Amino acid sequence: MTRVHDMGGRFGDGPVVPEGEDAPVFAEDWHARALAVTLACGALGQWNIDTSRHARERLSPKDYTRFSYYEKWISALADLLVEKGVLTREDLQGQGAAGLHALAERALKAENVAGALAKGGPADREGGPAPRFSPGQAVRVRIPADNALVEGGHTRLPQYAAGAQGYILRLHGTHVLPDSSAHGLGEAPEPLYAVRFFARALWAHPEHPDDEVVLDLWQSYLEPL
Amino acid sequence: MAHKLPRTSRNVIRGISKGDWTAGGAAAQHGAMPHDHPDHPHALLPPDPALRVKALETILTEKGLIDPAALEEIIDTYQNRIGPQNGARVVARAWSDPEFRAALLADADPVLADLGYYGRQGEHMVVVENTPQQHNMVVCTLCSCYPWPLLGIPPGWYKSDAYRARAVREPRKVLAEFGVTLPPETAVRVWDSTAEVRYLVLPMRPEGTGGMSEEELAALVTRDSMIGTGLAKVPT
Repeated sequence: MTRVHDMGGRFGDGPVVPEGEDAPVFAEDWHARALAVTLACGALGQWNIDTSRHARERLSPKDYTRFSYYEKWISALADLLVEKGVLTREDLQGQGAAGLHALAERALKAENVAGALAKGGPADREGGPAPRFSPGQAVRVRIPADNALVEGGHTRLPQYAAGAQGYILRLHGTHVLPDSSAHGLGEAPEPLYAVRFFARALWAHPEHPDDEVVLDLWQSYLEPL
Repeated sequence: MAHKLPRTSRNVIRGISKGDWTAGGAAAQHGAMPHDHPDHPHALLPPDPALRVKALETILTEKGLIDPAALEEIIDTYQNRIGPQNGARVVARAWSDPEFRAALLADADPVLADLGYYGRQGEHMVVVENTPQQHNMVVCTLCSCYPWPLLGIPPGWYKSDAYRARAVREPRKVLAEFGVTLPPETAVRVWDSTAEVRYLVLPMRPEGTGGMSEEELAALVTRDSMIGTGLAKVPT
């Protein structure tokens, strides 16, 4: 069973409303603050990108749906800070202990921001299993699209692709497996492929017979045909 | 961007009436039922999103876990320094220099790193080329993955439910909402960014731009043309 964030192909969302190219980067001041606080907390090193994505996905479906984008970020961040023991529930209520935190020495300093953003967090790794598929090969996506390791766990396999037949387009290299990494089960790197699917293999009413969708999928998401 | 912090998080919290604070207040504010899971820690923060950010920022600052000057630096970076102008320079160069274009399409990472366009949310770049036979368009159906070093922070519509839900199933209808109609001989390939690989669309060079400099060309390259929901501008 999927979670509310897995919305590819869903009906009923209405039109996309484009913004002008010169619209402000942050529509509200607090959007910018939410982004900055989230990035700065990430630098404390208490979780990885997969854990933080999963924290947003685990918001209740009602919250996920009614919260605006940065509301999801800040709410998931608060949940994660408590879950990882960085803050207490009392802290969030303004009733926590005063004074510096034990992790304060790890706080991102202004002079290190440029370096940290420039360094990024590459997801490719040495080792891991050998590639099982080669470009052009037909594959089938496993079904169901659930995390195979953790019930209700994080996965980057969208439900709309489950069970579909596609073709290996390219091998990206060996990348950290989010299904494992999000849950503290290790990086478990695997070959990662771009896989192309005809729209007609995904949708009952494709717009055009030649249209395609490409997804990046880990080796364990795929089966040979 | 001056941002005065209250002295303590208690002040922030005292500054908000109890009625705003409880689940009942949240329900009144959002016109919805209270949280299904009142044990979620985020429900302990003020329901108003701006106050929620402010409260969390204050608590974290008091504990020395975040540095307000670092926040300003992060905001300044994405508000003023990193944006679609970076991607536009890459596209203009690819239009002007066949060798650069070939190298960019073959293996973008070293080419972009040479230009200084590397970093968070752009660690693994793939550039995909539009042709008369194929139009490329990028989405992230699961969240909002986007090539930050080249395009900055994604626009609101890219993060919207409507775009995330529909781009993979009916890209041509979505394109029409952006004013783009493709001929039937052009196939659409939608890239759903499901991993840490980030995609940049290399739009087609417009007609009538033969003698233009890279700088002039870059001015024709829109953000949307590099996501694939637009085309490069035609010079007037």
